[in-house]
Amino acid sequence: MSSDQSNTQNGSEQKKVNSDSTQTSMSKKTEAITPEFEGDLINKIVSKFGDKIIHVIYIRPGRTKILVPSHEIVQVASFIKDTLGFDHAESVSGTDYPKDNQIEVIYHLGSYSVDKLSSQILALSTRADRNDSRLPSLINIFKSVEYHERETFEMLGVYFEGHPRNERFLLPEDWADIPPLRKEFRIKGR
Amino acid sequence: MDNLEQKFNETIKMGLDIVKETEEDRLMTLSVGPQHPGSGHFRFTIKVDGDYIVYCDPDPGYVHRGEEKMCEYRNFIQNIPHLERPIIHDSTNITYSYSLAVEELANIQVPLRGQYIRALASELNRQVYTLYWLAIYGIFLGHSTMFMWPMGDRELFIDLLEALTGARVTHAFNIPGGVRNDVPEGFRDRCLRQVAYFEKRLTEYEDIFYNNPLFRQRTEGVGILTKDNAIKLGVTGSVLRASGIPFDVRKAEPYDIYNEIDFKIQYMKTCDSFARSTVPFLDMKESCHIIRQLLDKMPKSGEVRAKLQPNPKGPPGESYKRVESGRGALGYYIVSDGTPKPYRVKISVGSFRNMLALPFLLIGSKLADMPSIYWSLNYWPVEADR
Repeated sequence: MSSDQSNTQNGSEQKKVNSDSTQTSMSKKTEAITPEFEGDLINKIVSKFGDKIIHVIYIRPGRTKILVPSHEIVQVASFIKDTLGFDHAESVSGTDYPKDNQIEVIYHLGSYSVDKLSSQILALSTRADRNDSRLPSLINIFKSVEYHERETFEMLGVYFEGHPRNERFLLPEDWADIPPLRKEFRIKGR
Repeated sequence: MDNLEQKFNETIKMGLDIVKETEEDRLMTLSVGPQHPGSGHFRFTIKVDGDYIVYCDPDPGYVHRGEEKMCEYRNFIQNIPHLERPIIHDSTNITYSYSLAVEELANIQVPLRGQYIRALASELNRQVYTLYWLAIYGIFLGHSTMFMWPMGDRELFIDLLEALTGARVTHAFNIPGGVRNDVPEGFRDRCLRQVAYFEKRLTEYEDIFYNNPLFRQRTEGVGILTKDNAIKLGVTGSVLRASGIPFDVRKAEPYDIYNEIDFKIQYMKTCDSFARSTVPFLDMKESCHIIRQLLDKMPKSGEVRAKLQPNPKGPPGESYKRVESGRGALGYYIVSDGTPKPYRVKISVGSFRNMLALPFLLIGSKLADMPSIYWSLNYWPVEADR
């Protein structure tokens, strides 16, 4: 919830959104005004959680991003699934930000069961401390994150509490180095 | 009986334990793969109790190349040739969503003719992939004709793509801003002729394979993935559409010129292996229809790619773009920090997402049904590993 969490080194788009002011500096040439549908989604989330979430921003048509503190993510995810109708995760990715000493984990959620949401991707993101990266797992809400979270664990070293298997998945069985998608891991010769 | 008790007593006198049968003794652990006994470069461990599979644990990663890490060392254009390696048979589609995402980040407008050529190459490449998949599906169900025919007919589309892109398999054709080169002379007629021939062949496929009673017995009612479970597991592509959910990215979120193309989403409601193997076949038919429309509606002349700076880059930001590939939605999540190299690239591929359905479907089914379930998932191990 602290405001400095939203100042990422590459996040010029980060801006706290009130229910009506939705301009982002990112999409200068595309629409500066949030379309009605995405605005409606944002309003629902803001009116439910208010200050508990760090921000909700409109990025592009069909793309909305929420940044929440890690202790709120389970509640926000249940709300997204039960009330808004997003029912599966398309992708879970982690991004390492050594300058902030944080790792961002972002869930791209989509919907098959609600027709109107088929073009929408809701990006639910949270940040973990880099040295003690622990986050609650969303496996009880979205079953589809199972392998994605496991991959994020081995590639970025984020431990998902509540996930049954925080184990090796794609890497070799004798992998004994740091998680490879962290920025301090360098490819040899590069 | 006396004899047996006598033997027991003797062994007890000798100080040996009598080992009774436990549950672990009943189960046999089998390792399927990775040396390709019908699994691709992929291993999964199964436990069988008699004829039934009671445990399944996928173990991917034998062809993990670290594509996502490699992207961070190269600029947006240099990334294209290595990004198509995970799925060389569908290389146009895997670079398609990458190009879309980079275009969004760097704010590049693609000329109309370029958009049409891109969609055309993507449809042709989808046919190549689906035919390859169908050939493998055929041979692992023991139908060797169904291996030969699609492999042969696949050459038609490979020849077309060779004329279009200059390479037979790895095209590196899509780039941010359009396509690398224009359509050669006489391509339209050649393409129409081959598509017409291929459509005739498809009816023959139907006769020899899909209406074959043996094939039907092995696939109908096998590996049921209900609609609710398909949503819960978040599967995509033909697996999803076979479970009765008409979802196709080309319709759900049309990219480039797909909103001007008239086509139907092919889906089935039987939820079994037969549906999962038939939906790609129906997609091939629909794809022929799309190819004809693309050739008709394509502008006769014009630029095929936008003029780019030597090192295209955009303002800091992020982008998530997806296309419909041969294996379902294929999304790229790209974070840019304003430099010509991406800060983070995540590839969300259909194969990786469909892998979750594998243990779900295999547990409780017969060992003999394993090939028909496994290959019906439209799973490509190399793509899943990235």
